[in-house]
Amino acid sequence: MNKTTNQKAWIFLAPVLILVAFNAFIPLMTVINYSVQETFGNNYFFWEGLTWFENILHSERFHNSLIRQLTFTFTILLIEIPLGVAIALAMPTKKGIWLSICLVTMSLPLLIPWNVVGSMWNIFSLPEIGLLGKLLNSLGFDYNYTRQIGDAWFTLILMDVWHWTSLVVLLSYAGLVAIPDAYYQAAKIDGASAWSVFRYIQLPKMKRVLTIAILLRFMDSFNIYTEPFVLTGGGPGNSTTLLSIDLVKLALGQFDLGPAAAMSLIYFLIILLASWIFYTLMMRNEEE
Amino acid sequence: MKTTKWLVPTIYILFLLLPIYWLVSMSFKSTNEILGSFTLWPQNFTLENYITIFTDSTWYMGYFNSLSYVSINTILSVAVALPAAYAFSRFHFMGDKHLFFWLLTNRMAPAAVFALPFFQLYSSIGLFDTYIAVALAHTLFNIPLSVWILEGFMSGIPKQLDETAYIDGYSFTRFFIKIFIPTILAGIGVALFFAFMFSWVELLLAKTLTAVHAKPIAALMTKTASSSGYELGLLAAAGSLTIIPGAIVVYFVRNYIAKGFALGRV
Repeated sequence: MNKTTNQKAWIFLAPVLILVAFNAFIPLMTVINYSVQETFGNNYFFWEGLTWFENILHSERFHNSLIRQLTFTFTILLIEIPLGVAIALAMPTKKGIWLSICLVTMSLPLLIPWNVVGSMWNIFSLPEIGLLGKLLNSLGFDYNYTRQIGDAWFTLILMDVWHWTSLVVLLSYAGLVAIPDAYYQAAKIDGASAWSVFRYIQLPKMKRVLTIAILLRFMDSFNIYTEPFVLTGGGPGNSTTLLSIDLVKLALGQFDLGPAAAMSLIYFLIILLASWIFYTLMMRNEEE
Repeated sequence: MKTTKWLVPTIYILFLLLPIYWLVSMSFKSTNEILGSFTLWPQNFTLENYITIFTDSTWYMGYFNSLSYVSINTILSVAVALPAAYAFSRFHFMGDKHLFFWLLTNRMAPAAVFALPFFQLYSSIGLFDTYIAVALAHTLFNIPLSVWILEGFMSGIPKQLDETAYIDGYSFTRFFIKIFIPTILAGIGVALFFAFMFSWVELLLAKTLTAVHAKPIAALMTKTASSSGYELGLLAAAGSLTIIPGAIVVYFVRNYIAKGFALGRV
């Protein structure tokens, strides 16, 4: 669309800017303020410079949380994106009751409060009284997610796949239904195989929505806190302590405000950098 | 291949429904049955857990609290996002692209980073433990999201609509309310739905900003799980009830939900 240049547009933005600035700037300033000082309670603060940042960047604890976080994020992306696309391809194309059932039931997990998702999977996976736990144990697996690291990770990833694959399905589906029928008819005349229809028609048309899906899933899985906290509490040991859980432990558990603030900023910068890359890619797609 | 196509969504839907079934089935069992034996469906069907929730004011007020701050937040977010999205979709102005990205950065800020500063900020202005505190805090991610969705929908509306209205002598406000808003009603519906959704499911901030009077229902659940032993049946009943509002809302927007997830950009 050809837009007109109009500096008065800022007036339209004023309410948004005031609200978001109130919620974003003041807390961010608080965090920056803490990150460069040491406090001993009673509001005594001492200038610490960049000590906390150096400590965090060199601490093994942070490295381990970051590695766990990256492992988690990339694992769920590798599962959810292809799985979501595959399911979207099998979705009904005609309007009707079957499509409505698909859309409504698939959206359900997205609308459940995050700690209910955690509790639900906690109950579902308990070895003695949970359906999944009982089933796996009666099949001969020695499954106990509260004691074994591998089982905890398996449950955590299965929970996230359950919770968020639908987002990828719905996005890919939106991309698929936007493809005009003429494309498919042309492919039919050319005698194209199902694979080449997917490779040369459907996938390119889904590029844009898939970028959004990857962006959203990356951001949200990097920020994940409530579900793993309720499910495993970061355990057994520290084996499922992702970045957010570690941060809350540091800030509210140990009340180490300086290091926690420094960690917050490093954490935020990582997400910002990655999202900026995705965003640039997305905007380039949009201009094409 | 055509005949087995329905199989994939069916298996996926069954996988989605299993944990939900387990939660709902458990909510109709007594604590004894849950801990004593493994049963696939309730053997001694009981409504006791639900009766407890609907007769104890700390429980049912939890629902009221959640729905209160979610409603305030949803309306506020979409209302302020409307003019902003219009500006982004119609005008070029200094810093527009940077501003658009800056808005998005607020959607990606980890809630864990903001939990403590939010607590201090809202305590210092005397809003701690009120609906307004949570509603305002949730605008941090819901306003950017609403702006994005609405901008996507508005960009799909040709500019001739605006120009014709001005030629016909409409003032901007009259055009916006009488013509523009009815045209993008579907987009507003989708934005309302998404604002509702993210405010309803978010808990870290909602929990941090409340103590007694505005405590959300889902946060009450974690409290029960730890303080009064392990009342799994009650926990399951409370959890099952939190699924209902989402299920109702999604039924009405089912035909637009896919487009909404694509932020109106399909």
